[in-house]
Amino acid sequence: MAMASEALMGGFSDAPRQSARAFRAALEAMAQPGSLRELSDLAQAPAPVSPAAATLLLVLCDPETPVHLAGDHDRAEVRDWITFHCGAPLTGAGEAAFALGTWQALGALTAYPQGTAEYPDRSATLIVDGAWQGVEVSLSGPGLKQARAALLPERSCFEANRAQFPLGLDFYFTRGASLWALPRSTRIEEAL
Amino acid sequence: MSAEQISGEYNFAYLDEQTKRMIRRALLKGLAIPGYQVPFASREMPMPYGWGTGGVQISAAIMVPEDRFKVIDQGADDTTNAVSIRRFFEKVAQVETTEKTTEATVIQTRHRIPERDLTEGQVLVYQVPIPEPLRFLEPSEVETRKMHALEEYGLMHVKLYEDIARHGEIATSYAYPVKVEGRYVMDPSPIPKFDNPKLEMSGIQLFGAGREQRIYAIPPHTQVVSLDFEDYPFQRMKAPQCCDLCGAGESYLDEVITDDAGGRMYVCSDTDFCRERREAGHVGALGVAEDAA
Repeated sequence: MAMASEALMGGFSDAPRQSARAFRAALEAMAQPGSLRELSDLAQAPAPVSPAAATLLLVLCDPETPVHLAGDHDRAEVRDWITFHCGAPLTGAGEAAFALGTWQALGALTAYPQGTAEYPDRSATLIVDGAWQGVEVSLSGPGLKQARAALLPERSCFEANRAQFPLGLDFYFTRGASLWALPRSTRIEEAL
Repeated sequence: MSAEQISGEYNFAYLDEQTKRMIRRALLKGLAIPGYQVPFASREMPMPYGWGTGGVQISAAIMVPEDRFKVIDQGADDTTNAVSIRRFFEKVAQVETTEKTTEATVIQTRHRIPERDLTEGQVLVYQVPIPEPLRFLEPSEVETRKMHALEEYGLMHVKLYEDIARHGEIATSYAYPVKVEGRYVMDPSPIPKFDNPKLEMSGIQLFGAGREQRIYAIPPHTQVVSLDFEDYPFQRMKAPQCCDLCGAGESYLDEVITDDAGGRMYVCSDTDFCRERREAGHVGALGVAEDAA
């Protein structure tokens, strides 16, 4: 079957400069957990992938990074788009370097690679796309001068993720054209 | 294609896009695990190993066209290494360059942290020769990786203790080991230990070792503690003199031999800091007032 033309659209017109700007925002987001960044240079993938999530895929994924698509995001148009633009192999949660889906669809965090004691970097980065019901929490740790209030879809699983530091998952939360990050190093406490 | 896209013979910031993605992924993992050394597939650069290829690859991977780029070598903007790396990025990324710490968005450094405090949004990229703090104590990478995994840092304390036993104090004066966020022992690259307290800063710190193929990072406001003992606490160290050009008493100084009869002078290692002070009218013992010069 021929690829839908939608799969061929939505990439960068000037990849080196646009991905540089998008990555810098992603880098600053990871360095300052909980701080929201608006992306200026956006990629456009088929629904339901948000422009921010599509941009992260384009900037970070390539044939070396297995990508897991969860739930509604796992559809033919999205698969074709990733295959054409990133060339990333699509896999199950257990082998994923990156996973994309709604919070509901991504499921249990323990299903993803958590890294090893000697190579904790060999763990998955989850891109939590779209809206979710949040609980208020307080973030502290590296990148945060003082505690910062944030909304997370849940508290206990992120606390458990932090508890196994230096192992664990890192997160990007994407919605529309904006994103923020939560690395495994961030301590999560009940909102003050 | 616009003229901007086809200007110059290289891809923007020299590296190909797939290499940048590989480095970018390593940088994000490095920030998520502060102080942990992430392996990366270091590339050949158009300069020899030991000339800052690790730092250059990181700078190339994070650089945006809007950046103002500064390079220092032992604090100085005007030494060979700094000048050639600055010119390299002027050519391959067409970015603006500056010598002013306050104006720079990305600062690549060899062996110093600028005297001026960095602010949020600034990125400091270190060139690292040997990223493994335990390497001279344990030559095997398999072993040192296990030691980091088990948080087994006794050997490093034995080394510092032996310093005290031999010299009466911790004689390590540069590349002084630190513990990041209470977990990983890290080599801050060969900065003088005078700079160690500045490792807790508002800027993002990225470390690149090209030959050794390692990247590591410290996010802003991360706890960085210099290793020491209760009875031999960590001590900052600098020459007791003041800068002979600008009179600064609080900056790190270089000793410059001026003749073959024992003549010497002390000058700020941070050339931008010294220039700024002299322009503001400060004059050291051997300095000449700006308006008279």
